[in-house]
Amino acid sequence: MASYSLTVNNKKHTVDVLPDTPLLWVLRDELNLVGTKFGCGIAQCGACTVLMNDNAIRSCSYPVSAVGTNKITTIEGLSENGDHPVQQAWDEADVPQCGYCQAGQVMATVALLKRKPHPTDEDINAAMTNICRCATYVRIRKAVHLAAEKTSAKPSTSSGTKTGKATF
Amino acid sequence: MKQVPTNISRRHFLKISTLTGGGILLGFELLANATPEAIAEAGAGSPLFAPNAYLSIDPQGIVTLMAPNPEIGQGVKTALPMLLAEELDVDWNKVVVTQATLDKAYGNQVAGGSSSIRTRYEPIRKAGATARHMLIAAAAQTWSVPEQECTTENGWVFHKASGKKLSYGDLATKSASMPVPENITLKDPKDFTIIGKRIKNIDNKKILTGKPQFGIDTRREGMLFTMVARPPAFGKKLKSFDDTDARKIPGVKNVVQAGGVVAVLATNTWAAKKGRDALKVVWEDDGKLESTADHREAFTNFLQQKSEKPDRSDGDVEQSLSKAKKVIEAIYEVPIIAHAPMEPINYFADVRDGKADLYGPTQVPGKVRSDVAKALGIAEENITVGIPRQGGGFGRKLRSDNAVEAALISAAAKAPVQMLWTREDDMQGDFYRPNGMYRYRAAINENNELDGWYLIATALNSNRAASSENFPAGALANYRTDSHGLTSNIQTGPWRAPTHNALGFAEQSFLDEIAHELKKDPVAFRLELLDHAKNNPVGKVSYDIEKFKSVINLVSKMSNWGKNTPGRYKGFAAYYSFNTYVAEVAEVSMVNGKLKVHKVYAAVNCGQVVNLSGAENQVQGAIVDGLGHAWFSEITFDKGAVQQKNFNSYKLLRMQDAPPEVEVQFIATNDAPTGLGEPGLPPIAAAVGNAIFAATGKRLRKLPFNNNMS
Repeated sequence: MASYSLTVNNKKHTVDVLPDTPLLWVLRDELNLVGTKFGCGIAQCGACTVLMNDNAIRSCSYPVSAVGTNKITTIEGLSENGDHPVQQAWDEADVPQCGYCQAGQVMATVALLKRKPHPTDEDINAAMTNICRCATYVRIRKAVHLAAEKTSAKPSTSSGTKTGKATF
Repeated sequence: MKQVPTNISRRHFLKISTLTGGGILLGFELLANATPEAIAEAGAGSPLFAPNAYLSIDPQGIVTLMAPNPEIGQGVKTALPMLLAEELDVDWNKVVVTQATLDKAYGNQVAGGSSSIRTRYEPIRKAGATARHMLIAAAAQTWSVPEQECTTENGWVFHKASGKKLSYGDLATKSASMPVPENITLKDPKDFTIIGKRIKNIDNKKILTGKPQFGIDTRREGMLFTMVARPPAFGKKLKSFDDTDARKIPGVKNVVQAGGVVAVLATNTWAAKKGRDALKVVWEDDGKLESTADHREAFTNFLQQKSEKPDRSDGDVEQSLSKAKKVIEAIYEVPIIAHAPMEPINYFADVRDGKADLYGPTQVPGKVRSDVAKALGIAEENITVGIPRQGGGFGRKLRSDNAVEAALISAAAKAPVQMLWTREDDMQGDFYRPNGMYRYRAAINENNELDGWYLIATALNSNRAASSENFPAGALANYRTDSHGLTSNIQTGPWRAPTHNALGFAEQSFLDEIAHELKKDPVAFRLELLDHAKNNPVGKVSYDIEKFKSVINLVSKMSNWGKNTPGRYKGFAAYYSFNTYVAEVAEVSMVNGKLKVHKVYAAVNCGQVVNLSGAENQVQGAIVDGLGHAWFSEITFDKGAVQQKNFNSYKLLRMQDAPPEVEVQFIATNDAPTGLGEPGLPPIAAAVGNAIFAATGKRLRKLPFNNNMS
């Protein structure tokens, strides 16, 4: 067992676990952040997708010992009130069927939009490799485009200003 | 307006809680997570109008609607309460929807056979309408006006003549003492304000913010995370094990044998998994170790065998074949496929002191209770079964094996456990869609007409592989189907649209073959056969000819059937299952031998659509699900061991291969709803296969396409 200090959703946590424990199980079992899901355990399905800084990682295959000081964001920490543009887009397009994979799909989309604010269908094909067993891909694609529109319509948060009109 | 008798017992209508405590102590959140019974028992301090198990209204006007059936992604947690809300006449945006636990008051709580909406459409509406009648009665009595002069809307009762109005909350207490109406009036569909509209998945917010709601999210005091060592092959069983190393893993608390598995219990999942992997288990042979090649050999033999007892036999198909000008013969084949629900198999069980508290994914909570009762030897009334939201079902959770396994482990360990399988455990431990082969022969007579149809079907553990009543039964003078089941120790079970998922491909592809052989348009050919069945039916016709035609005609129109864009090719299929008719057209291109599915059109006749958004999502999902499995997915066995152990070798469709567009239209009708979770799936494999034929001239008769293209 070893002790690790992690920054998850802007909060510091200290956990005492086996060094090879995948981040997924630290989130779910130690921090009780169960929104991140287990699907395959081999980084194939993407149900466990979280953000490490701005990049999507598959937490089922990412050992806690490798996280270091990188900032982890899970679905629970994406927004205070569940109103991140990607969350809004998913609701508007009414994407979920069973809903199990959707946290991972949302996190993968957040990472995609950080890299490519206006993804083409080809970009989406390349980046969105998460499995949806209910096969809601038609609506996922629609929601990614919708989220891109919403993100570009949102006032920039990086400037730190809280007022101002939407920038296009 | 339709008069229907109420048959809900009076006992249920008089369930008013006259409780102590005073004031409103229950918070909204608590209410949202409690059953009406639980609220009543909790002593809310306010009388509650709970005229039946399905709904309650408190004096604050909070309307709680119960979702009785398991939610596996098919949308019934939204759609069934919509039925209540419609007849109750409340504002959908203000209701609280709560998942019911297993309780006899809710009747058959099953997610299977595309049955939830079609079996509950009228009873649940009656439950809502009955409550509305009692609210009206209470208002009418308060105002001393005739009930007939009162109307309802959005949670209020109005007396338009006097301008009076009272909210359902205001009327809750009084309504509870109103007599149960003998007869109630259900709304005329033209007055629907909720049914048929686009309503979002009720759990979107929870899903999109990561709230715990799936079985795998269960966390209870003292609960141990549990993983199991299970047989590595069908035909193997546990002989012995050594847990010395497993017990050395930090966090491992216990190792128990339960049934035929060895369970490692730990303080977290990872320790349980490491402990499980550290077990030294000896397995021994316990039957045949079958391989896929063995099945294929047996199937091939069966296909040459005439059955002593045909499933159905009209006319004399053998004579028709022997007299035929031409016989078209083809053998279709489908592989085993896995359910692989996204949420891996898990279950929570706390078995102590002769009682069992169960919570986890299942499509059949009632079966869970009775099977666990048998396995543990305790009475059913000592078992509670909670029903979480579930990460997919597809038929996998029609078995109770996960609950029984967890309960046996909990009983052996005397501790609450959450048992979780890895994906590899799931791939080896499924009840798979059976593999099968289908030999079709069609007799073409002197007049260049289809005169005879003979199907010999064989599938693993299935004695009804031919589904004998399928179209074109009834349309042909000579029609026969034989089925041969191949008994196997490889577990098989229902997979979304069981039997139909294979036959939809085989039969609808073969019909396309015949149409091309006869130089007829495939759509016109189907319509012509349906006319035969209408004008000269032979034997029983089990499908509704007009409904079948309605979807075929609609999809032709939607897809501009007969007109092709250069480089794009279309394929057509139509299929009837779970009383629903679906016709699909797939538009594909083949570039350098690579398939791309550009668009799929679907026309659906499922009677009254309840939730338009959910219904469209189901059909789109079923189409892409069916397409993905037909294109990529195959399970094979080597000596009882599955060869595709996870998603790196078991291929499922991903975004890059999903059609960008799936256009769905529903036939506008107020007929009672029929099934919808499954019927969209069976036609798609043939629609795409037929489009590939149109593009390449190559007929694909074996799934998955991807492994059999070249």
